[in-house]
Amino acid sequence: MAPAVRDLIAAFVLLNGVIGAVTYVTLLERKFTARMQSRIGPYRVGPHGLLQPIADALKLMMKEDVVPAMSDRWVYNLAPLAFLLPCVLVFGTIPFAPGLGLADLNIGLLFFLAVSALEIVGLFMGGWGSNNKYALLSAMRAVNQIISYDLPFIFAALIPVVLSGTLRLGGIVEAQQGGWYVAYPVIGQLGFLAYLIAMLAAENRVPFDILEAESELVAGFRVEYSGMKFALIQLAEYAHVIATSYLGALLFLGGWLGPGPSWLGAIWFTLKALAVFLLVTWVRWSFVRIRVDQILAISWKLLLPVTLTLLLAAAFVVTYQGGGGVG
Amino acid sequence: MPDLEARKVIEVGYAGNERLVMNMGPQHPSAHGVFRAILTLEGETIVAVDAVIGYLHRCHEKLGETLTYVQYPSIASKTDYVAAMTSELAYVLAAEKIGQIEVPKRAQYLRVIAAELQRIASHCLWLGTWCMDMGGALGGGATVFLYCFRERETLLDLFEALTGARLLYGFHQVGGTRYDLPAGWAERCRSTVDLIERRIDEYEAMLEGNPFFLARTRGVGVISRELAQEVGVSGPLIRGSGVAYDIRRAEPYSSYEAFDFKVPVETEGDCWARYRVRMVEFRESIGIVRQALEGLPPGPISSRPGVKSVGQVRIGKGETYARVEGPRGEVGCYLVADGSAKPYRMKWRGASFSNLSVLPHIVPGHKVADVVAIMGSVDPVFGEVDR
Repeated sequence: MAPAVRDLIAAFVLLNGVIGAVTYVTLLERKFTARMQSRIGPYRVGPHGLLQPIADALKLMMKEDVVPAMSDRWVYNLAPLAFLLPCVLVFGTIPFAPGLGLADLNIGLLFFLAVSALEIVGLFMGGWGSNNKYALLSAMRAVNQIISYDLPFIFAALIPVVLSGTLRLGGIVEAQQGGWYVAYPVIGQLGFLAYLIAMLAAENRVPFDILEAESELVAGFRVEYSGMKFALIQLAEYAHVIATSYLGALLFLGGWLGPGPSWLGAIWFTLKALAVFLLVTWVRWSFVRIRVDQILAISWKLLLPVTLTLLLAAAFVVTYQGGGGVG
Repeated sequence: MPDLEARKVIEVGYAGNERLVMNMGPQHPSAHGVFRAILTLEGETIVAVDAVIGYLHRCHEKLGETLTYVQYPSIASKTDYVAAMTSELAYVLAAEKIGQIEVPKRAQYLRVIAAELQRIASHCLWLGTWCMDMGGALGGGATVFLYCFRERETLLDLFEALTGARLLYGFHQVGGTRYDLPAGWAERCRSTVDLIERRIDEYEAMLEGNPFFLARTRGVGVISRELAQEVGVSGPLIRGSGVAYDIRRAEPYSSYEAFDFKVPVETEGDCWARYRVRMVEFRESIGIVRQALEGLPPGPISSRPGVKSVGQVRIGKGETYARVEGPRGEVGCYLVADGSAKPYRMKWRGASFSNLSVLPHIVPGHKVADVVAIMGSVDPVFGEVDR
């Protein structure tokens, strides 16, 4: 089989795997939330509501696709795709187990961070193209927020890079054979915490969901979207959450490392990613949203100095103790 | 916008000239009912706000002139449908005042129990919806909301056992109450308030230690003591602004003088102060319910016979104003009687209406997100605003 064909098949499998996983992660979140809120959650479609995501997807596909008359059609119609593409693309570089992944690039982390930062383009296109005041305000907030939180997010993600001395995601996992980076004294724990906070903000989840802020801006940048376009935006958002959960598990929780035979690696990795996801979900469903100026204050006054200091501290430790670095 | 000018919208100074006029409502997720706030924004900051009400006007006061003293109490509950017992009580108190009708002690205690349970139920709804405004239906707010509704449900079950209805009760009648406590109700009520008292501790643990909640409420929407008195807000709003004014204490009705309770006062006047006042009120109301159940005197529940025909209550000539302390503040009923079975004229003083009128004074200068926090802390019910 030609390598190109093989890659194509692998990409196809990964894409569909991601979409399937993302749909089912919504069910996991709903069940988890329901338990938190002393409810049962989806229960009617299939046993224990297991077919609920499929029913939801079918419903969204059958919805009428409304395009506002005064919208900027091209921008409006392209926005969901522009939003979805980077969110799914980042999965290409994640190694789920040794050798199990589309492309374990030697600049994997850089690729991940750069591509996932592109989602703001789709977001802003949606907000602008809808020609709606709520959507516009939301897009404005989005640009504010994502620019402020990408920096701490990147700095937090760079700490493992400094400790391991490689940008290759597989390499970062291999460097954690001796101990996960979350167990690294002080730097590891604070770095993981900062990563989680920045991740919440980068994914626009409560308490940082001012873009969506349905009690103020109705639904923010996606207020005018319906049917399949809405589904794509939703899909992209969850894909992004899952991707950053995987990245968090990879950077700080040792990726596929775990007891048992090596073929369990992918399962360990997924379980860790889901643990990160549920941690974030737990935060989401227990906090109130904060205001836009407070969000910026947290980022610039707290998170950015902290992550920068941690990064410098990690560099200092590596230089003087010689751990990990390529030298 | 010409009508904006005509209404003399209060504005704060602004530097630039890029304004955006945005509608919040009448159909909006944060509107507790149908309320339209025309916000003039500069970026995220609100320069001016114009409030438009009247979407829920149902001619309640005219209706009061066409319905008899027997019929209207059940309709009165529709003005403030979140605290239906309160407006019923105000109406029958006014009628009793004109007619100089005695109310048996037992009925007075039953009224107190109903009013205080209603206050707890109403505050449950307030806390839930307010947190949902700030926390989002897809966030922590929804969690608090569902917890609060779980507790409110137990109270509605109590009301259902007492009156047969869950929202609009028709519990009061001129001369007393319509129903006595069913068998076993007092026990059930005691265990319910015990449960709610424990749950209130849980809410406080969840919210007060939460820095984000503090950041959203502290120093937001400050109503100064002077402004509160000038605009005429009442209830938790004026108590949150440092005025110890509670009609249950200032002008006791329905045997409130016999109960031992605190009137909570906070001086900051911000959303946090109003939150604290209501949280203390939860506990005080629970205390009053316990005292009333403890000291519930035996005897008849009404000085008048039960309802046989709609026109059986006739009240002599006179006019009066009766007021009660509802969950949202002073609920007053002005009644003119002409000796027939129907009042000649009636007028409501809704607590939400007066409280809402403070919005244009405090909202300008805040961010968009603060509008919903302030709105929620004012706790308006639009059935009562528009009537």
